Amino acid sequence: MRESTIMKIHYGTALAAVALVAVHILMRLTMNYAESLEYENVLANYKFVPYAIMLELILVLLAVHGFNGLRVILLELKQGRLYEKAVSYGCLVAMIGLIAYGSRTIIMTNMGMV
Amino acid sequence: MAQVSSISNKQSPTAKSIILKISRFNPEHDESSGFMEFNVQYEKWTTVLEAILDVKKHFDHSVAVRYSCRQATCGSCGMIINGKPRLACFTKISELDSNVITVEPMNNFPVIRDLAVKFEKLFDSHQKIKPYLIRDDTELVSDEKEFLQTPEEVEQYIQFANCIKCGLCNSACPTMATDSSFVGPQALAQAYRYVADSRDKGKDSRLKIIDDSHGIWRCHFAGSCSQVCPKGVDPAMGIQLLRGYMLGFRS
Repeated sequence: MRESTIMKIHYGTALAAVALVAVHILMRLTMNYAESLEYENVLANYKFVPYAIMLELILVLLAVHGFNGLRVILLELKQGRLYEKAVSYGCLVAMIGLIAYGSRTIIMTNMGMV
Repeated sequence: MAQVSSISNKQSPTAKSIILKISRFNPEHDESSGFMEFNVQYEKWTTVLEAILDVKKHFDHSVAVRYSCRQATCGSCGMIINGKPRLACFTKISELDSNVITVEPMNNFPVIRDLAVKFEKLFDSHQKIKPYLIRDDTELVSDEKEFLQTPEEVEQYIQFANCIKCGLCNSACPTMATDSSFVGPQALAQAYRYVADSRDKGKDSRLKIIDDSHGIWRCHFAGSCSQVCPKGVDPAMGIQLLRGYMLGFRS
């Protein structure tokens, strides 16, 4: 993938994540803040499908943005063909792993398996 | 390695003196660089380059320094003067407002010896971005004798045509300090210079060259390059305008 395409995704995910995380934080204000973080209320959030979709989107956006940022930092720290390939593929695998694990948590909680 | 040398007879009653600390390093037999100190007389119009040449003439002819035009045109005498990348021929001692002047080789360049550095990477990066007009027709076969431009079209790039390839921007760039493969602000500013030229038709090929994992996207917009340019070029702005082309905001 061209670097400009990757960076367009990087900027896009940043903007979208800011918007969705703002919604996520504002949702804490629908009730008392401490109360909103109680176990049963958190589970209720996961079980409400539109909210679970938003959490999944936040997970994907932050994972894509964060791991690409990490890739960029690591590419600037050291150079070399083998190292750069290892960093790029390593970040991609870690990103997929994190999204898979986070999605598993969201799906299992949504389906009442937790 | 430190030593202090001075001339006992003053050249002029208006002359003052400063300590000139020159970085000395020969990669062939030195493990690390050190400084040699010289007591140098100066007038209010004396430049740092003249002071270094004074040292070469009277104290130590082995000091290595690259210079040519002495009028900020050739871009040969870039060095770190009191911690900032500057042209030695364009920096007066009196304007530095210090009794001690420290001169070191430019950062982010391999040192040949003392103040002289290798420019190969800068020239390679410059050459890589195709610093010439690309188009199929030429003035020789066209009916017109010259490619006409409006003053507005010239205004788009003319600032960037003032680059003298002195390397000060690359020396000041924090990304170049860590990323040895980064193309650098000099080459990126020159890429913009040709992309923004209405006579040029090579935009796509040039944008493809800099759209690399060590290309334009590694600029963090620190802006140091623009602060140190002795010719008033603003590479940081050029890079941002170039990004506009790559993100589709400019065509």
